[in-house]
Amino acid sequence: MQAHVLEGGFDNHAVDSSHAFRAVMTAMARPGQIATLQGALPPAPLSKAAGVVLLTLCDPETPIYLAPSHDTQQLRDWITFHTGAPFVTAEAAIFAVGTWQDLPVSAFAIGTAEYPDRSATLIVECESLSNTGEVLRGPGIKDQTALSLPKTDAFQTNAALFPLGLDFIFTCGDRLAALPRTTRVG
Amino acid sequence: MSDYNFAYLDEQTKRMIRRAILKGLAIPGYQVPFASREMPMPYGWGTGGVQVSAAILTPDDTFKAIDQGADDTTNAVSIRRFFQKTAGVAVTEATKEASVIQTRHRIPEQDLRDDQILVYQVPIPEPLRFLEPSEVETRKMHSLEEYGLMHVKLYEDISQHGDIATAYAYPVKVEGRYVMDPSPIPKFDNPKLEMAGIQLFGAGREQRIYAIPPYTQVVSLDFDDYPFQPTKADHACDLCGAEDSYLDELIVDDAGGRMFMCSDTDYCTSRRKNGHVGAQGVPFKEDAA
Repeated sequence: MQAHVLEGGFDNHAVDSSHAFRAVMTAMARPGQIATLQGALPPAPLSKAAGVVLLTLCDPETPIYLAPSHDTQQLRDWITFHTGAPFVTAEAAIFAVGTWQDLPVSAFAIGTAEYPDRSATLIVECESLSNTGEVLRGPGIKDQTALSLPKTDAFQTNAALFPLGLDFIFTCGDRLAALPRTTRVG
Repeated sequence: MSDYNFAYLDEQTKRMIRRAILKGLAIPGYQVPFASREMPMPYGWGTGGVQVSAAILTPDDTFKAIDQGADDTTNAVSIRRFFQKTAGVAVTEATKEASVIQTRHRIPEQDLRDDQILVYQVPIPEPLRFLEPSEVETRKMHSLEEYGLMHVKLYEDISQHGDIATAYAYPVKVEGRYVMDPSPIPKFDNPKLEMAGIQLFGAGREQRIYAIPPYTQVVSLDFDDYPFQPTKADHACDLCGAEDSYLDELIVDDAGGRMFMCSDTDYCTSRRKNGHVGAQGVPFKEDAA
């Protein structure tokens, strides 16, 4: 194992993760709102924001799926050292990381009628992230907002599954926004 | 600070609670199971709310705790001191200065802003529990959106009492899907469940977390001919004269003497500081006990 795998974690885990979680929670409660995160320096190709999310939410209890775009040995080592999360196929994943093109969206768990919370959260790495593009409406949004989404119909299909469905976190550099299953797109 | 980990809980427990909170926000009104921990206080004293607060607090927060609206009751004081000691956060009694408010059975009178978070302590999170004791059955009822039993209960209220007699823990439907117990807040507070702040609910003994994101539709169940009506004592606060706040009734002697006063102590005190005086009140003095 190389030295840089050991680096790039939180300096002060309890405090850094509390700030990071507040940002992630606010993003999930207010779909479309963009937050800036700090505290982690993961190896490429993982973005800083995605790294912070993994450090904040993942541990040995949360199987992770790495899309081909992010499935490098260095990144696996980094996640293993800092979180201890196991790597699994898409079907068994609680969290997934990758670019939109590389994530097999239809393969992930969407929960069951009695336990809709047993569904995956997808961390989608984006080239850009801005409050332009698709119009969003729903819980957490006063009137309406907009967010640059990698695709439209997939999120409409996902919202139609409510209360089942996937929840998404979009990351770009050190910024992040979220799109829960309740948000109506377009 | 102290020798505790920040905000008492260990990091793995916080991650587990944080994941449950995120799923709760993504599925408004749905009760997410979580592995509730033993806390250094008994069940019934707000262990669910305390665990949620511990998972969301940051060192920059200003924390407020209320019990039936009051900042100065045993439960509120001990929870406030708990986080003062284990998280080193600033504390306040002023609603407008708090960033995180943990509450037992009230929503503050003052409207919350979008940068404030309200954490509820919940005794029985399942609104159908007193109608159907089996968790297997209630879970099935939620999955099938089978809420007829709840309407039967409200109907029986009307047939027995002539009105919907349920006065607290009044069931609501969130975003047109899940029927939810808003915790035992008076139904006077139900309209305030649609607010700008994030609302999180924690039930420690029952091991459930649920949430209402800001601006989420929350409808109190009712009938066309018996519409939902928030109620309060038909009186003004005897201390501050407020006519729009929820009131506690206080027996003051053994001859039937009584007075009404705001259950929200911060609201009442702020009004008195601004010169409002109720029927039995005296002008506010800074050093008054």
